[in-house]
Amino acid sequence: MEIFGIPHQAFLGQLMLGLVNGAFYAMLSLGLAVIFGLLGIVNFAHGALYMLGAFAAWIMLDKFGINYWYALVLAPLTVGALGVVIERLFLKHLYKTDPIYGLLLTLGLALIAEGLFRELYGVSGQPYNVPELLSGATNLGFMVLPNYRAWVVLVSLAVCLGTWYLIERTRLGAYLRAGTENAALVQAFGINVPLMVMLTYGAGAALAALAGVLAAPIIQVNPLMGSNLIIVVFAVVVIGGMGSIMGSILTGLGLGVIEGLTRVFYPEASSIVVFIIMVIVLMIRPAGLFGKEA
Amino acid sequence: MSSAMPPLTDHKQMTKTAKLLRLTYLALLILALVAPMLGLYPVFVMKLLCFALFACAFNLLLGFTGLLSFGHAAFFGSAAYITGYFIKSQNFTPELGIAAGVIGAGLIGLLVGVVAIRRQGIYFAMITLAMAQMVYFVCLQAPFTGGEDGLQGVPRGALFGLVSLKSDTAMYYLVVAVFVAGFLAVSRIVHSPFGQVLKMIRENEPRAISLGYQVDRYKLLAFVLSSALAGLAGSLKALIMGFATLSDVHWTMSGEVILMTLLGGVGTFFGPVMGAGIVISLQDTLADKVGSWVNVIIGVIFVLCVLVFRKGVVGELQAWLERRRAAAISADTKNAGRLG
Repeated sequence: MEIFGIPHQAFLGQLMLGLVNGAFYAMLSLGLAVIFGLLGIVNFAHGALYMLGAFAAWIMLDKFGINYWYALVLAPLTVGALGVVIERLFLKHLYKTDPIYGLLLTLGLALIAEGLFRELYGVSGQPYNVPELLSGATNLGFMVLPNYRAWVVLVSLAVCLGTWYLIERTRLGAYLRAGTENAALVQAFGINVPLMVMLTYGAGAALAALAGVLAAPIIQVNPLMGSNLIIVVFAVVVIGGMGSIMGSILTGLGLGVIEGLTRVFYPEASSIVVFIIMVIVLMIRPAGLFGKEA
Repeated sequence: MSSAMPPLTDHKQMTKTAKLLRLTYLALLILALVAPMLGLYPVFVMKLLCFALFACAFNLLLGFTGLLSFGHAAFFGSAAYITGYFIKSQNFTPELGIAAGVIGAGLIGLLVGVVAIRRQGIYFAMITLAMAQMVYFVCLQAPFTGGEDGLQGVPRGALFGLVSLKSDTAMYYLVVAVFVAGFLAVSRIVHSPFGQVLKMIRENEPRAISLGYQVDRYKLLAFVLSSALAGLAGSLKALIMGFATLSDVHWTMSGEVILMTLLGGVGTFFGPVMGAGIVISLQDTLADKVGSWVNVIIGVIFVLCVLVFRKGVVGELQAWLERRRAAAISADTKNAGRLG
């Protein structure tokens, strides 16, 4: 069986891989959007936090024998705590300045984290095995589905939808959204906005780290894995517009799939297809697909 | 980032400062001209001037128009590739090779600029970054760039087919001449009526629009000028070093030029030169001693700059002189009051 002259196994395989990448785009752009909304900072360190999540999982397994399932919780918690420290030490001094400074400061932090891990572990990747429970593949009749990839897509979908529910449908989410609109007023109503801001950055960092742990068994864990990804995620954010949570999720997944399909039909363009789409979207709808601002 | 205009009352004081500034520039120029005789390694100074020009070009956009481009490596690097390609494979003379690089970078700047100016602020930075990454991938895959190895062994040739640039001294004086021309060009642009409009856009864009300026055209022209000048720096770099590599177009290079400008002083004339001097000297002295710790150190400088040193070296110096002068004037008026 062939689809457009491509063996359907290869086609579906790339589609699945695209979906996996899309899941990472969605999780990272979601975190970026939430942080930008409340802190007004474009978090360049998001890629580095994703890398730290993967490394945390690898170090836990390699040095302490903590397995994947514990790492799935512990790594995001560790990196989330680091995020809280970063917010308290650095970011809180920048809320009244031009957003450019937030970008530059987090860029500096990303360079520090990457440089440190390059010094410690080199640029070659560290292998991380797929946990036993999820190894192997399931034959669905029309395709062979690697279990771990299916797991990644399911978990990140669940996390994304959970975040969406938290922000759009709960009281805490209402505070967050109100804080995005007018932080001073929300504080005047007796809500501890600085605490909320701190925890939001921590949560965004934890989300990036979770994506990192999920990615560890798929790609080699290496210090540069974050910065290669973050630029694509920036493009995803520009395409989706940072206004809407659901928008970030859909754009991330959609672009992952498109990238996967490009890899099937015209592999040379697969690394730039997201950027080309960004250009087209900007020409037609400068505010982004889901953006609200003029 | 706004620069306070000095009060008009102390005209004498101002001309004194201007005279001092002119003398400083003259001294620096003389220093640059005699540097090879002082035993400074010419290739190092050439590299420094090259990046100083790059930072000045970048500052034209960030410092004087208020646009943060995170993609200037695309112009620097692609000009290096274009110059290298034409000189090596098409036997262009150096000046024609440089011209090709500058035009190429300007055209790429036009394409990137048209897209990027559709959004403002932080989105502008993200869009330029994404588009520069596209240029990076093109350089990685295009048939004439040498892929991972880059373009090696670009000959310096002879200027206008007459003056051989093989010796570092000849090359050095060409670089000094080009740098001075580039620096003066930036200064000319900023002080022209066009430059004043750019400053207005930086200070208050809605107001500029309401006054009837077609802001997007001004921004686009500033973007193209800045990318062409960045291209000039990149072309020179290819000629000096004899190679163009992927690191020239990589986003970290865009980050470095931002750091140079920030460290020296955004929106000051001499700041980017100073910043480039510090960063290049640092890389040069540290690279073989500490390896990849250089990146950590650069990251730390970034963080420090943003947190405590936002005006940069030259900016802080200017602010200090300003404060001192203001103190002197108020003391003067006090004394005058007492005498009268």
